Amino acid sequence: MPGIISVKLLDAVPTVFLVLTLVFVALRILPGDPALVALGDYATPEQLALFRSQTGLDAPLWQQYFSFLWDMIRLDFGQSLMQHRPVADILAENLPYTIELTICATLIGVVFGIPFGVLAAVKRNRLPDSGMRIFSLIGYAIPDFYLGALLLIAFALNLGWFPINGGGDGFIDRIYHLILPAVTLAMVKIAFLGRLTRTSLLEVLSKDYMRTAKAKGVPRSKIIYKHGLRNALLPVVTGLGLSLLATLSGSVAIELVFNRPGIGETLINAISVRDYPLIQGGVVVFAFFVVLINLIVDIVYTLVDPRIRG
Amino acid sequence: MALADNAPVIVLETNYFRIIRQAILSKPSTILASIVILIFCGIAAFAPWIAPYDPLKQSYFAISAYPSAEYWLGTDQFGRDVLSRLIYGSRNSLIFGLIAPALAAIIGTTLGVMAGYFGGITDRIVTRLIDLMMAFPELLLAIIISAALGGGFWNVVAVLTIAFVPGFARVSRASTLSIKQEPYIESSIAIGVRTPVIITRHILPNISAPIVLLLTLWIASAIRLEAALSFLGIGTQPPQASWGNIIRDGLSNVFGSPWSIIGAGASITIVVLAFNVIGDSVRDALDPDAAE
Repeated sequence: MPGIISVKLLDAVPTVFLVLTLVFVALRILPGDPALVALGDYATPEQLALFRSQTGLDAPLWQQYFSFLWDMIRLDFGQSLMQHRPVADILAENLPYTIELTICATLIGVVFGIPFGVLAAVKRNRLPDSGMRIFSLIGYAIPDFYLGALLLIAFALNLGWFPINGGGDGFIDRIYHLILPAVTLAMVKIAFLGRLTRTSLLEVLSKDYMRTAKAKGVPRSKIIYKHGLRNALLPVVTGLGLSLLATLSGSVAIELVFNRPGIGETLINAISVRDYPLIQGGVVVFAFFVVLINLIVDIVYTLVDPRIRG
Repeated sequence: MALADNAPVIVLETNYFRIIRQAILSKPSTILASIVILIFCGIAAFAPWIAPYDPLKQSYFAISAYPSAEYWLGTDQFGRDVLSRLIYGSRNSLIFGLIAPALAAIIGTTLGVMAGYFGGITDRIVTRLIDLMMAFPELLLAIIISAALGGGFWNVVAVLTIAFVPGFARVSRASTLSIKQEPYIESSIAIGVRTPVIITRHILPNISAPIVLLLTLWIASAIRLEAALSFLGIGTQPPQASWGNIIRDGLSNVFGSPWSIIGAGASITIVVLAFNVIGDSVRDALDPDAAE
């Protein structure tokens, strides 16, 4: 087992380098002049030259590339242009909010989504199944930030049950601030996981060994949960990884809706004020999480399905 | 398999459209969805004649107004008519929803066919790039690219296109690989047909089904993605109206009338829902294995 994990870890190393290279290319070569982007259109040539020498932008590209890689390995993201403090500090402050939101939304999604999917599959073509179908149709179509805005208007503004913005201080307060954003993201996830579980379980239930189990006289609940669900959960595990990534990217808009601190909110604000080092740091953090989640999904998938190990 | 068994080698393009048309016309839900889409297309096309006001015109006498006989959906914090902005916003959403997947299909298919047909180092590079880009959720990829490119019409088109290219490339590469094994490709090479002719005459027509399918499925994704980017402030730039940035404006004035948010969000949801319903039925028709 440790063998598989270390192989996967080794496999992720070139991916990380490739991602870093793409970030470098995207942010430094594509848009023209980062100095102009950072200082704005009204900067004088002297200011631009000073900025370039301060940030090392006047060095040859290959030198910039290697010093960029070296900085990233040491987690040195430079100084924020607007907040005048290390980018790493800003990101470290905001990261816990994004992580707690993503994890919470995923938990709610799993706790409700999988049972709903099982219910829909077991009661196929009856009321729970149609309910699930309508719920997932809407869940697939409604933008998460719109759903968040509706919940905000209904439950925070009009009813006053929840706070309107912020991330909260202290454990209880933070959970209180977390509920609406997490529920928003979880709704989409429930629709996704519910439908996935339903499809997967229906497929497994039609297998020959299910009929054998039934013929042997195994109780129906045991057939569904022990024989069926265990096999049906395999695609759900992969789907969960995909939806974790979707939740991570969805958190960007949700943080903006609820005015929550977080990496997404930091990144979007950095883009709007052209805080170039902060943009780079935020992008690298997101990219890192994408690689990490894919890696975990890969490893979990091998653990869950002995057939892949080979 | 004998060569004679492969009689219908080239599937005519018109065939797909007939299958798609039948799939759409056979169910009430898809007919309704097409009517909804046609109505929104009509609204977008005739926006200047339908909209009661200029979407950019500010009125200082009606700021953050609730719906009334004069302003059916009220006004925003700048005193602009919400209904007119929604009507003009539909142009943005539909244009991006159609242009971006189409461009992505052209670029992605070119890359995928090249990789699949020529193999070797081209294939290795393209596959590695696709894998890398597919690892990122579309929205995150789009955010990262717009961080570099900035907003504006063509930049948003570019961002959305890049976000969808990997999917098309992967599908067309896989299909090309399987078509390449067919005896008729081998015989074309043997009788000296030039490579561009083989690709355009024999490969492309035979891999077009999954590509047409992806195209229909991704119109909805492109509309959602444009809305999300505009909501984040890195898509369509104000004062131009787009459903996404109408919600953004609405949230920055959250104590005012909520009708701009409700209207814009409902429009996105309805259009995406309609395209999803059609996409699902096209998938069931073109790819019966994937049907539930």
